[in-house]
Amino acid sequence: MTDLFSKFDPLIEQRRALLSTGLTDPFNLVMEKVVSPTEAICNGRKTILLGTYNYMGMTFDPDVIEAGKQALDDFGSGTTGSRVLNGTYAGHRLVEEALKEFYAMDHAMVFSTGYQANLGIISTIAGKGDYVVLDIDSHASIWDGCKMGDAEVVPFKHNDIEAMEKRLKRIPEGAGKLVILEGVYSMLGDIAPLKEMIRIAKENGAMVLVDEAHSMGFIGPNGRGVAEDQGVLDQVDFVIGTFSKSVGTVGGFCVSNHPKFEIMRLVCRPYVFTASLPPSVVHTAATSIRKLMHAGNKRAHLWENSKVLHQGLRDAGFKLGTETPQSAIIAVIMPDLERGAAMWEALLHEGLYVNLARPPATPAGMTLLRCSLCAEHTAEQVQTIIGMFKRAAAAVGILD
Amino acid sequence: MDRAATAAKIGDLIAPFNKKGTELTDATTFAGDLEFDSLTVMDFVAAIEDEFDIIISMNQQAEIENYGQLIDAVVKLQG
Repeated sequence: MTDLFSKFDPLIEQRRALLSTGLTDPFNLVMEKVVSPTEAICNGRKTILLGTYNYMGMTFDPDVIEAGKQALDDFGSGTTGSRVLNGTYAGHRLVEEALKEFYAMDHAMVFSTGYQANLGIISTIAGKGDYVVLDIDSHASIWDGCKMGDAEVVPFKHNDIEAMEKRLKRIPEGAGKLVILEGVYSMLGDIAPLKEMIRIAKENGAMVLVDEAHSMGFIGPNGRGVAEDQGVLDQVDFVIGTFSKSVGTVGGFCVSNHPKFEIMRLVCRPYVFTASLPPSVVHTAATSIRKLMHAGNKRAHLWENSKVLHQGLRDAGFKLGTETPQSAIIAVIMPDLERGAAMWEALLHEGLYVNLARPPATPAGMTLLRCSLCAEHTAEQVQTIIGMFKRAAAAVGILD
Repeated sequence: MDRAATAAKIGDLIAPFNKKGTELTDATTFAGDLEFDSLTVMDFVAAIEDEFDIIISMNQQAEIENYGQLIDAVVKLQG
């Protein structure tokens, strides 16, 4: 018998070698208690959270919590059903209305996770014989959606406008075309030149889908994302987003002005063949989204935090994923996995949690310590974080 | 362009990616013999696409395991 698990042997061996040095497993951390959007207890130690994507700090907002508690009382713990059967409650409609208002768009469709939103929309609209042109650094949920839909998949070099245009022009006449872009790329925290790319996509007759998971609530005058910030949101056919970042709960969505969009509710399998979100989740999401419409001050503070941390780490001598702060993600580039893991552990001992990211999730085989800031981080916390990075780097010998 | 001319062009294009100077035959595999990782594949495919003004989609790439299959695919894609 062939052991179907033998394909994982190289990864098992890599993990064994790494952990045999006595290192804490970076992929097995437990948050024993969560104190606030920016602090938790890990291994009995108070830890500043700098890797949560909880950009707007909505997870402990009193109105959000209250809405969830009330929904538990009024609607119970779960729907036990699909959106198209018994799983559409008042709260699901409520959150879709909030999304339509937030983005000023005609249609909103809520999925059980952000992953399923990409999986569902992409696989349903781009089928056999259609072409998907996408950035090589796209998120796993986008790649999986492409694979499931069976379209011809044509990647181009990250953020390379010319490479995208050349590929679009080579697609056979008459074929359906979908260009998939992200507002913020989550590994390095860089943004896409959406204005140019979307113009070219439209000139070449393509529909455009933009994943704004990491920009919602924060980037753009109304927090609608990078496309809004660059003045091209009206050119985007489908915006994909998530509730698990700025909104502070779980779930995913697609908003669109396409006149036939509502048919997606019947033909999109990852929407139909799964249970809908629990009532408490959709009520917390709806409340959070409405509060994010008026969060200008928080957005300003989050930008300030991002700028200060970026400058502080740069001045300390760290190599960062972007020359300038472009989002609330700051990626610190590590020389290799071993030293990256050692630095991650040293930071944890200092009382700081960041994400350790490594291939295949990262581009160019990089090991990254990925930091995501929160609007609830105080200016003082940001300074503390910079000090922790300096001490941990000295302990591990990263900056030598 | 016939197979010989296409093969010659691809031979020129692969040189900078063939870091260890592996001898190329139709049976040479990209993942095994040439040890191409996903990044190298992307850059190499882009170079071929631009030279021949074609698209080799990921779906088609999945069917191409060795050098000979690549030449055949490029001949076919040129129409």
